[in-house]
Amino acid sequence: MWENIKDFASTFFVTGDPLIYGADVSIGLTSIAILFVLTYFKKWKWLWREWITTVDHKKIGIMYLIASLLMLFRGGVDALLMRTQLALPNMKFLQADHYNAVFTTHGTIMILFMAMPLMFALFNLVVPLQLGARDVAFPFLNSMSFWLFLMGAMLFNLSFVIGGSPDAGWLSYPPLSELAYSPGVGENFYIWGIQISGIGSLATGINFLVTILKMRAPGMKMMKMPLFSWSVLSSSVMIIFAFPILTVTLALLFLDRFVGAHFFTMDLGGNPMMYVNLIWMWGHPEVYIVVIPAFGIFSEVVSTFSKKSIFGYKSMVFSMMLISVVSFFTWAHHFFTMGSSANVNVFFAISTMVIGIPTGVKIFNWLFTMFRGRITIKQPMLWTLGFIPCFVVGGATGVMLAVAPADYQYHNSYFLIAHFHQVLIGGVVFGYFAGMYYWWPKVFGFKLDEKLGKWSFWLWNIGFYVCFMPQYALGFMGMTRRLYTYGSDTGWDLGWAPLNMISTVGAFVMGLAFIVQVWQISYSIRKGERDLTGDPWNGRTLEWSIPSPAPFYNFAVVPEVEGTDAWWKTKEDLKNGIKPAPVKLEPIHMPKNSAIPFIMSVCWFIAGFGFVFGWMWMAIPGLVGVAISLLARSFTYDTDYYVQVDEIERTEAALRGRTV
Amino acid sequence: MSQHTHGHSTTDEVSQGHGSLKSYLLGFIFSIVLTIIPLVIVMNDMLNKTQTVVTLMLMAVMQLLVQLFFFMHIREGEKPRWNVMTLIVGLLIVFTVVGGSIWIMSFNSTVQ
Amino acid sequence: MAHAATTHSHSHEAHESHESLKVLGFWIFIITDILIFGTLFACYAVLHTHTNNGPGAKELFEMKGVIIETFILLTSSFTSGLAMLAMHKKNVKQLIAWLIVTALLGAAFIGMEVTEFVKMVNEGHTIASNAFLSSFFTLVGTHGLHVSIGLVWMIALMIQVSRRGVTEVTTRKLTNLGLYWHFLDVIWIFVFTVVYLMGVM
Repeated sequence: MWENIKDFASTFFVTGDPLIYGADVSIGLTSIAILFVLTYFKKWKWLWREWITTVDHKKIGIMYLIASLLMLFRGGVDALLMRTQLALPNMKFLQADHYNAVFTTHGTIMILFMAMPLMFALFNLVVPLQLGARDVAFPFLNSMSFWLFLMGAMLFNLSFVIGGSPDAGWLSYPPLSELAYSPGVGENFYIWGIQISGIGSLATGINFLVTILKMRAPGMKMMKMPLFSWSVLSSSVMIIFAFPILTVTLALLFLDRFVGAHFFTMDLGGNPMMYVNLIWMWGHPEVYIVVIPAFGIFSEVVSTFSKKSIFGYKSMVFSMMLISVVSFFTWAHHFFTMGSSANVNVFFAISTMVIGIPTGVKIFNWLFTMFRGRITIKQPMLWTLGFIPCFVVGGATGVMLAVAPADYQYHNSYFLIAHFHQVLIGGVVFGYFAGMYYWWPKVFGFKLDEKLGKWSFWLWNIGFYVCFMPQYALGFMGMTRRLYTYGSDTGWDLGWAPLNMISTVGAFVMGLAFIVQVWQISYSIRKGERDLTGDPWNGRTLEWSIPSPAPFYNFAVVPEVEGTDAWWKTKEDLKNGIKPAPVKLEPIHMPKNSAIPFIMSVCWFIAGFGFVFGWMWMAIPGLVGVAISLLARSFTYDTDYYVQVDEIERTEAALRGRTV
Repeated sequence: MSQHTHGHSTTDEVSQGHGSLKSYLLGFIFSIVLTIIPLVIVMNDMLNKTQTVVTLMLMAVMQLLVQLFFFMHIREGEKPRWNVMTLIVGLLIVFTVVGGSIWIMSFNSTVQ
Repeated sequence: MAHAATTHSHSHEAHESHESLKVLGFWIFIITDILIFGTLFACYAVLHTHTNNGPGAKELFEMKGVIIETFILLTSSFTSGLAMLAMHKKNVKQLIAWLIVTALLGAAFIGMEVTEFVKMVNEGHTIASNAFLSSFFTLVGTHGLHVSIGLVWMIALMIQVSRRGVTEVTTRKLTNLGLYWHFLDVIWIFVFTVVYLMGVM
């Protein structure tokens, strides 16, 4: 009996590495600390009522933000571990298999559990406010999306201490990820973690598409909509078409592993390249899914801080929508070297170069918006200015990679690594940081400290170039990705070692930049400049017309809009002495909180965990729980209520310090 | 949620109704006929391979249209017709996924 | 922002427009589901010749059962339409009767499909036999799973309608169910054409 338990424990828990034991201890201590704090301050009820069961898009956005920053930390630590291992030849810091697990989780976490939720955070925090709406189209579904994402992310992260991490690369290519070559449960964690959070992402895509199409304030025609909302529309369109492909691809991989199907195996007719083909049909649109909202953020920021309407609004809209469709026609450039026919490679090389054109249009539009504008350089603008050169270089190396014959040279080298980090950090991360600094006062009611922000900006930027510029050269020198170490001959004679060392230094500078940001946030919570006006940047769009933080119903009166930059026009009218017509408050229709999304996601977590270990006694009750939750929702008819006028009056009076 | 278009569409819906018995019956008859034709063609080997494939796909697409127009009432509803637009883009992507996969994966038969 | 949008305040209208919103949302969900089936079709199209020298579509499929299944599902799509007609006439009894007919036809379809699958598995042709059968069972099985979920949903809605009658909310739910059912019929037509008819021709 005791022997059995010991046997089980030694395979169930990850053992044998001091790093892991350290993680075990810190996870345990953190959990105990959280439980203690919640109990000591009697916050359980508050947590349940105000956060876990909430359907308020602003609170959901804040939860997304916190989760994504935690994931940024985890993914960042992975990156630093890798860079430490590669700093010098023949390093013994990480074992080969551990290194494999680290680069796998780094990629997966950064894209799916950091970039996606940070993006959804901004969707949730901003879009309804920009559109003059009281909430998203489906608040219940919105809450479900968040909890599914969180449970998926937790399941994925659990693999670090239980069962073993996935180690077949961030896209888990077969045949390596098949049962024959990855017999552990790591790949199952990968599949179910992404699968569960993927359902949530898909639901968010539907939710925001309908919100934007149908919930705009009266008078806000599509072509009068703020550009960030347009970018969310473009991104949502890609989500709803791309994520089903991912769901199917991972489900098929799981069938291969779980019931012995032969989709992607090497024997009995399976074809691993079919997986590569399918996963990139999702994977390519995915990179545009995360970068397009960043473009939307830059458009808002550039316009606000140049005090001008955006240059070329129509071409901005057109290029974003064009990118969202064309992004579905470029996927094969990720596997030019597969050996497909020349016609295939030519088609996808050209389509890849074509998609660079609308992106270039946008860059020029931002530059022309700044031209002769009255520019003030605050943090959001700083990140935007840092983005432009970085993204232009990243885009140019992308066009180099698009040249199919040349790609045979660059494929899977550090040149590629440098390229996609340049567009993902320079584009996505800088973009979301710009958005975070820009909308932070709206969400929390105070600004983030400028001085510390400038420090972190410069550290990020300098660290980035120091880290990734040498990697372009390393790629040309023959260093391939996923290499866990290199000998002293290549290291010193071929000159890999100095460049790797520089690169590692850059990575740690970025790590330092992140710490400065954490310090900046905690400093600003205490001493940050409070935003009492609701309009700290002299903004142009509707979210700045309401107090910060916004009341739970957002707008006491739904605004009527006449053109783009609606709030700017209202302010101009006020200056010219045109007073707004008196408004009459009406009761507001609001959705009720619900525990079902949380319960259902926990059931998914249980089911997922059961499937990971092949424990049907656990998986089936989990799925039954999911079904019961859905039916319980279907039978719930008491889902909304009205906020009465006197409550609105009281809330507005408290927020604005006067009666409306 | 523009109120004007919404008000307009409600009257529209009332005048058009939600399909009549006649339209459902017509749709049903069409779908039966469109199922029998390919069945007869295949079971009796009436056409050569390419012709059969083309006819079969044509019949299936017509079935899709029958279901869309007679059963799902795609013509009804509010303007602008976001449902039709998303459907068209969705079908374009499906076509790309299926056609693209077949095209790209045909390397299997040429390389080996 | 000159004046308030008072038109929204009327609770009935606000509620009704929110129901139409949910229909659009569900429609978009159906399109994502079309993508799911599209991807499975892509797999089947690429892998259906990969039988690893095992028996192919021609040897395995028995058309008689499949043809009956097809007509059953076509008819159920029609009867679900009749249920919608009854709903718009606010005739609860007729509505539930047609839903029961639809559900029974759906259950018959599932029953036949399961029988077909069991027979194939008993003959040794399983999802693990080769790539062709993997993609076949997954594509057809996913459709069957959708129909089964639709049946559970249909029963749940029958209970709700019998309790609450035809209201704005139940109308919206039944409209969505109707769309879902027709959509499954369309998918089956493509399964029938691509997998079965093209398989045996």
